[in-house]
Amino acid sequence: MSQAVQTELKMQVDGTEVAFVDGETIFEITQRLDKKVPTLCYDDRLESFGACRLCVVEVEGIRNPVASCTTKATPGMEVRTGTPSLEKHRKTLTEMVVSENQNAKGPEDPIKVDPLRGFASGELAELADRYEVSGDRFQGMTSGKSHEDDENPFILRDYDRCISCYRCVRVCAEQEGDYAISVMNRGFATQITTEFNNHLRDSACTFCGQCVQVCPTGALADRKAIKSIDLPEPIVKTRSICPYCGVGCSVDMMTKGEKVVGIQPAMDGPANAGALCIKGQFAFDFIQHPDRPRRPMVRKNGELVETSWDEALDRAAAGLRDARDKHGRHSIYGIASGRAPNESAYMAQKLIRAGFGSNQIDNCSRA
Amino acid sequence: MSNPLVDMEKPDLIFCIGTNMTECHPVAATRLKKALSAGAKMIVADPRRIHLAELSHLYLPIRVGSDTALLLAMAHVIAREGLQNEEFIRERTVGGEDFIKHVEAFTPEWAAEITEVPAADIEKAALWYGQAEKGAIYYTLGITEHICGVENVQALCNLALMTGNLGREGTGINPMRGQNNIQGAGDAGAVPNNFPGFQPVFNPESNAKFRKLYGREIDDQKGITKVRALEMAAEGEMKAMFICGENTVVSDPERDHCEQALKNLDSLIVIDIFRTETAELADVFLPATSWGETDGSFTNTERRPQRIRAAVPPQGESKPDWWIFSQIGQRLGFEGFDFESAEQVFNEICSVSTIYAGLSWERIGKEALHWPVPSADHPGTPILHIGKFENGRGIFTNMKYRDPAETLSADYPVWLTTGRRLEAYHTRTMTGRAAGMDYLLPEELLEVHPQDITDWGLEDGAKAQISSPRGSVQIRVQANRRSPRGTVFCSFSFDEVPINRLTGSGYDPITETAELKVCPVRIEAL
Ligand code: SF4
Ligand code: SF4
Ligand code: FES
Repeated sequence: MSQAVQTELKMQVDGTEVAFVDGETIFEITQRLDKKVPTLCYDDRLESFGACRLCVVEVEGIRNPVASCTTKATPGMEVRTGTPSLEKHRKTLTEMVVSENQNAKGPEDPIKVDPLRGFASGELAELADRYEVSGDRFQGMTSGKSHEDDENPFILRDYDRCISCYRCVRVCAEQEGDYAISVMNRGFATQITTEFNNHLRDSACTFCGQCVQVCPTGALADRKAIKSIDLPEPIVKTRSICPYCGVGCSVDMMTKGEKVVGIQPAMDGPANAGALCIKGQFAFDFIQHPDRPRRPMVRKNGELVETSWDEALDRAAAGLRDARDKHGRHSIYGIASGRAPNESAYMAQKLIRAGFGSNQIDNCSRA
Repeated sequence: MSNPLVDMEKPDLIFCIGTNMTECHPVAATRLKKALSAGAKMIVADPRRIHLAELSHLYLPIRVGSDTALLLAMAHVIAREGLQNEEFIRERTVGGEDFIKHVEAFTPEWAAEITEVPAADIEKAALWYGQAEKGAIYYTLGITEHICGVENVQALCNLALMTGNLGREGTGINPMRGQNNIQGAGDAGAVPNNFPGFQPVFNPESNAKFRKLYGREIDDQKGITKVRALEMAAEGEMKAMFICGENTVVSDPERDHCEQALKNLDSLIVIDIFRTETAELADVFLPATSWGETDGSFTNTERRPQRIRAAVPPQGESKPDWWIFSQIGQRLGFEGFDFESAEQVFNEICSVSTIYAGLSWERIGKEALHWPVPSADHPGTPILHIGKFENGRGIFTNMKYRDPAETLSADYPVWLTTGRRLEAYHTRTMTGRAAGMDYLLPEELLEVHPQDITDWGLEDGAKAQISSPRGSVQIRVQANRRSPRGTVFCSFSFDEVPINRLTGSGYDPITETAELKVCPVRIEAL
C-alpha cells in the first residue's frame, strides 16, 4: 500500500510532469532528466552544502530562486531550471568566482588548468566556457593564500585558485573521516587550512588524495602527476584495480604515450566509490622504475647473468625435469603469488598438478 | 568476507579484532567511519592503541596472543545472560548445547587474568555484541598469525553462530584479505589442499574431475605447505622450487633459516618484477610484467573477480606470468599449456571452478559479481549463508586457550608484535620505489612506550639492539603511546631492519601459519 502511494509522488519540471521518490532533491531529479543545471560545491558522495548557489532554480510560489542541491522535492512543486533570469544569475556568480582566481601564480592559465591536476580540476573552466566568462569584472579580490611552502611530495596547495567550495574539507571529513583540514575566516578572507595552519604532514592527513580529486579548480593538485604536464601526448585513461591491498579499489591509470603519469580513483568503483588511500593514489611509479630487470637471467659461474628467454626457459624446465627424474616428482615445489593475477596463480598450480601430479603448491598467504 | 564492503556501513555494532584497518585497509575503514557517524557502536580489541582504537566506544587492550581467552569469555557472558539466538542455533547449527556448557568455565574474571583486560570491559563487550541487532566482526592477520590462528577464527565463528549474526545484511564474519589477490590465489587453487574453486584434492569426486581435466593421476592427499617445503629444502629433501612474486627471504620468519633452505636447492626459479633479495638466490630469474602492463583479473576481499588492464607496454623483455608458466609446461612436454592470452586462462578457471562457473572474461569486464556465481544468468552472491550454510550446518568448536609458543622469561622479558604501516607495502619492493613515500616513512622505528624507554635505559631516537633466541637486529627506538607498557612494535617492511630474523617461534599446527604477532625479545641500548 504505502509503496503504491510513494510511486504516486509527482511534480513539474519545466512544464513536464515527473515522478519522484520521497527524499530526492530537486537537483537529483533534474540530473535524471539531463537538465544540465550547473554546480560547483556539489559532489554526489557528500552531503549537499548549498554554498555556491550555481544550482539555483525557480520554484512557483517562492520569490527567490532556491539552491536545488539542498531543496527536497515536494508533491505538486513546479520548478523551472533554465530561465533567462536564472542563466543571468549563474553567469554573474561564475564571473565572481572566476575573478577570485585572477592572481593565480605560475605559467598555467588561471582558469583552464591541466587535467593532470585532479579528477574534477576542469569544472570551473567548463563553467567559465559555458557562461563565456573571462574574469576581469571583479578583479583584485582574491581569497586564500598559497601554501606552496608545504613541500610534501604529493599535494600541491595552490590556494590562489581556491574558490571556497569546501569540497576538500567536506570530503576529508565525510568520506575519509580524517578531519585533517578546515576553514578559517569568511568571505574573501576565507582560507583552507590544517590545524595550527601547518603543513599537511603535521596534521591528521593520510595523503589519500581525495581533496585533490574533488577540487573543481585545481587549487589542490596531484604533484606527482603534474610533473608530466609538458609531455606532448594526450592523456589516456585505462580502468584497472589497485595493486596493493585486498579491498580492490577501482582506479584509472593515466598514461601519456608509453608513460604512466598518474592515478585517479574511479568514481563508480564498486569497492571504493571514488575513494583511495596513499598507496593506491600515489605509489604507482614502481612500474617504470629503472630497477625493473629487462631480461631473463641465469646463474653462470656463481653470477646471475642476462640471457635470452629461450635459454632461461630451457634452464628452468631442465631444473624441474632433473629434480623429477633423479629425486621423484615430490622433490618439486611451487609458490604462487598473492599479488599476481588469478591467471598467474592458476597456471602455477596447473604446472604442479597437471605436470607433476602432486599438490605441492602454496601461496604467500602463510607469511 | 561473508558480507560485501558496502555492508560495512550498515551494522549497529562493529567488533574489530586484530585489524589495523585504517592503515592496512584504509578505504574499507572509511566505510566503518560512515557507520560510526550514522550511530553504530564499535568495540576494538588490539594490543596496540591503534587509530581504530581511538575511534572506538570500547577499547580492549588485550595482551598479544590472548584472543581466544577474550572470545571464550564473551561467549560465556552471552550464554549466561541468555542472549544467544536459540532459533538460529536450533535450525542452523550443530554442537550448540555442548558449546554453551563448554563456555561455563570461562568467566570474564578468568579471561581478565590472561588478557589483562578488566573483566567489566569483557562483560560490556559481550553484552553489546550479544544484544546487537546487526553485529559484524572484522579481523585480519592479528587473529591468524598465531599458533592458535585457527582456534581464534573458530572462536569468532562461535560468537556469530550463537547470536545468529550471519547471513544477513550488516552482519557476518569478515576477514580482510591483506594482499590484492590473496583471495584470488586461493580461489585459483594455489593451495596444497584444494583444486581451483575450493574443491578438495582428497574428495574422490573432485579428484576424478581434475584427473580427467588434466589428463593424469593427481595425488589424493593434500600437499605439504610452504613452511614444510622450506624445511625439507633445508634438510636436502626438496630439490627444485619456483617462487612467483614473493620476496620470501624478507617476508618469512626465521630469515637465516629461509636463506639457507633456498641456497640448498639444486634449482630455484624466481619469477618477479624486481630483482628482490630472494631473486638474488635464484638459478633462473624470469622477469614478469608488472601491474599496469598486464591484462588479467584480481579477486578482492569481498569475493569479486575484477579486471585489470595493461595501460603501457612491458619494461624490457618482461612477460606475463601465465605465458611464462605455459612456456615451461610446453618445454616439459605437458598437455594443456598452449595458452595465448590471459582471457583463455581466465575462461579455463571458470570452466573448472564451480564458484566461478557463471563467470567469463567478458562478464567480469562489465559486471560487478561476487562469487559463488553458479551459472551464466546468476546475479552473484554478495552475502553468504542467507537462510542456510553452503556446507550444511554451522559447527560450534569447543577450544581452549593456549599460551603463545614462547612466553616472557628473564632473558626475553618484552613482547614484540609485528605488522604493517600505511605508507609501506610488504617488503617495499613496490612502495620503496615510489617517489615521495620516504618523506612520510624514511625508516623503520621500534615503537616503545615512553615510560618503558626510561625504565629500560633506552633513548628516544637512538639505536637499540633487539634479540630473540633466533637472532638480533638493530633498530632506532621511538617513544610512542600506541605501544602498551611491555610490548613493542615494528613492521617487517624495511630490509635494513630484518625483524623476521627474530620471529618464527611457532606455527599453527593446522595452517602452518607462523606466529608473527608474538615474539618475546630483549632490548638493549647501544
Ligand atoms: S589527502 Fe586526504 S586526509 Fe589529507 S587533507 Fe586531503 S582528503 Fe584529508
Ligand atoms: S587504494 Fe588503498 S585501500 Fe584501495 S585497494 Fe589500494 S591499497 Fe587498498
Ligand atoms: S551546487 Fe548547489 S549550492 Fe553549490
